[in-house]
Amino acid sequence: MKQVQLSHGGGGEETNKLIHDLFYRHFKNDILIKAEDAAVLQTEGKIAFTTDSFTVSPLFFEGGDIGKLAVAGTVNDLAMMGAKPLYLSSAFMIEEGFPFEELERIVGSMAAELEKSGAKIVCGDTKVVPRGSVDKLFINTAGIGQIMREGISSQTIREGDVIIASRDIGRHGATVLMAREGLEVSADLGSDCETLWPAVEALIDDKISISALRDATRGGLAAVLNEWAENSGVCLEIEESAIRVSDEVQGICEMFGFEATDLANEGTFVAAVAPMHAAFAVSTLQRFGFCGEAAVIGRVTQQYPGKVVLHSAFGSRRFLDLPKGELLPRIC
Amino acid sequence: MSELKLKDLYDGFRDPATIRMLSAQIGEAAKALHEPLRIMEVCGGHTHTIMKYGLPQLLPDNIDFIHGPGCPVCIMPKERIDHAIALARMDDTILVTLGDMIRVPGSQSSLAVERAAGRDIRPLYTPMDALKIAKEHPDKRVIFFAIGFETTTPMTAALLHAAIAQKVTNLYFHINHVLVPPAIDAIMSDGRAKINAFIGPSHVSVITGAKIYAPLPEKYGTPVVVCGFEPVDVMQGILMAVRQQAEGRAELEIEYSRSVTMEGNVKAQQLIDTYLRARSHFRWRGIGDIPDSALELKPEFAHLDAEKVFAEVLPTEPIDDHKLCICGTILKGLAKPMECKVFGTACTPNTPLGSCMVSSEGACNAYYRYAGVLG
Repeated sequence: MKQVQLSHGGGGEETNKLIHDLFYRHFKNDILIKAEDAAVLQTEGKIAFTTDSFTVSPLFFEGGDIGKLAVAGTVNDLAMMGAKPLYLSSAFMIEEGFPFEELERIVGSMAAELEKSGAKIVCGDTKVVPRGSVDKLFINTAGIGQIMREGISSQTIREGDVIIASRDIGRHGATVLMAREGLEVSADLGSDCETLWPAVEALIDDKISISALRDATRGGLAAVLNEWAENSGVCLEIEESAIRVSDEVQGICEMFGFEATDLANEGTFVAAVAPMHAAFAVSTLQRFGFCGEAAVIGRVTQQYPGKVVLHSAFGSRRFLDLPKGELLPRIC
Repeated sequence: MSELKLKDLYDGFRDPATIRMLSAQIGEAAKALHEPLRIMEVCGGHTHTIMKYGLPQLLPDNIDFIHGPGCPVCIMPKERIDHAIALARMDDTILVTLGDMIRVPGSQSSLAVERAAGRDIRPLYTPMDALKIAKEHPDKRVIFFAIGFETTTPMTAALLHAAIAQKVTNLYFHINHVLVPPAIDAIMSDGRAKINAFIGPSHVSVITGAKIYAPLPEKYGTPVVVCGFEPVDVMQGILMAVRQQAEGRAELEIEYSRSVTMEGNVKAQQLIDTYLRARSHFRWRGIGDIPDSALELKPEFAHLDAEKVFAEVLPTEPIDDHKLCICGTILKGLAKPMECKVFGTACTPNTPLGSCMVSSEGACNAYYRYAGVLG
């Protein structure tokens, strides 16, 4: 089996071959193959700029892999600001001995994910580090997008706005946990990892009045809602029964004592929209398979500014708190 | 074997219509109470359910919850956590334990801090993983810091059984298993806690049988209902306790009849008895020494007992809680989290002074997370 060696990161012939035969082959575009020190880019108007680093164990999981995550994650950060993803950088930190075949699968998966938004990888970097210095493979991606709708911000959510979740929650966190623990509980459980720009673009094209968008990654739905409540100084009142959670994810939460609202997602977002556009926004989202379960989950009030209140179906209510510390299973 | 359907674990037991109906029935039955019903939920799992689902909001004013000592993390005295830390600091050692034990502060440090400093400390999802780790690292000693009430004890016994049968010689056990009935007895015989009913945790009784609570109704005149953890279970259990009290009965009843019997899981009990025996005393955090309230390895397994094998590195001095912390008073049923001066200010889940805040099973943690101003 062919493996990545330290020489692949040495800057010489092997590095050159790796870049040309692997990265250029998959990420091929006019800007990248010029192989200049920096990419020269053409943009119009305001741009959004973001970066993120990706580590996940295992590297391959049901519904995706680290490459898909690295592209979808950065593209989604741009989309959540109403920006059309245009250009990405990608930097690989590879542990010596990493199988070439797996690297190729990951790079191929990145190329496939890029097609969904039309974004291009226009610059990059490769480092190979001695065995034990990193856990197999880390990827950093940065992205630039063109702002297509201004004013989308977690600080401008208004009383009366309606909160929409784009689908069921907790799939990515539950999937990775199951893969990590080697538990086979259900064949139907897969990560939600997905590029969200097409759905956001449709909301913008349909002229939905959007106050805020946020993908519910680490920290899950609970983190997004709490950040919004705090940043905008409003109270988010959420109907627990409206939050979609698959049977598989809920079952895993029951087994380990987790809350689905705390689990990570990689293709689920939350939107705050004007009340008159709520139904239209839901139907727009539902045109996309990955938003088939889009639903209104709550509304914005001023009852407890800075707090998220969860209403149960049987008439009680409680605060939904931010997840704390690392996710560890309850003891009993 | 039929496929496990995860939905079966909870489906139906959160049904809004059933919960509303039970709420109405409790309200009606509670009118006949001569004095307020002060129910102690012994187990932190019940505290969690009660607060998470906001059940007090569905109950009349003359029903009050008093939170009990049933959280294995909350009742662990600091010197035992210091044991775990001392063991983890030994060379060529992997310390494994369950869940949020990792976060609990000892007198100077915590397992999370030690792990960040480079010690090999691993949380387990199931104790049996300790055996796998021991086999994968024959050059290291793996120490299982075993915690929990009667619920988790059979898993420790099963791990002991498997390790001995498979001749795994590098796995050691630090046993901190504690027992529910002596703790209840200690609280009730103290006489200060105004408790007149109990709901007991079903998962303990799945193992031990409901029989472990049999002396309580007679000795203290209190109803005991062994109860599941879903909101429907807890509401049904409360209704059963209210009806007993209103009718002047004090009996042991089983709400969770789908898995609990009077006798329990005899096979699990035998497995435990093979390896473990009652410890003469165990110091409960905030409560103090309670005789026969915990388990230890039988003398014939001393060679697996981390407390004996590594005795020279283990501190022996008892260490008390922070002076401002009233966890002990809360665990004895004498105060509620909001009555603590540092609740939510100096003591939060991110900066816990006491174990009731650090443990996700703890009463303070449940109040902080779910209640706030909603009460």
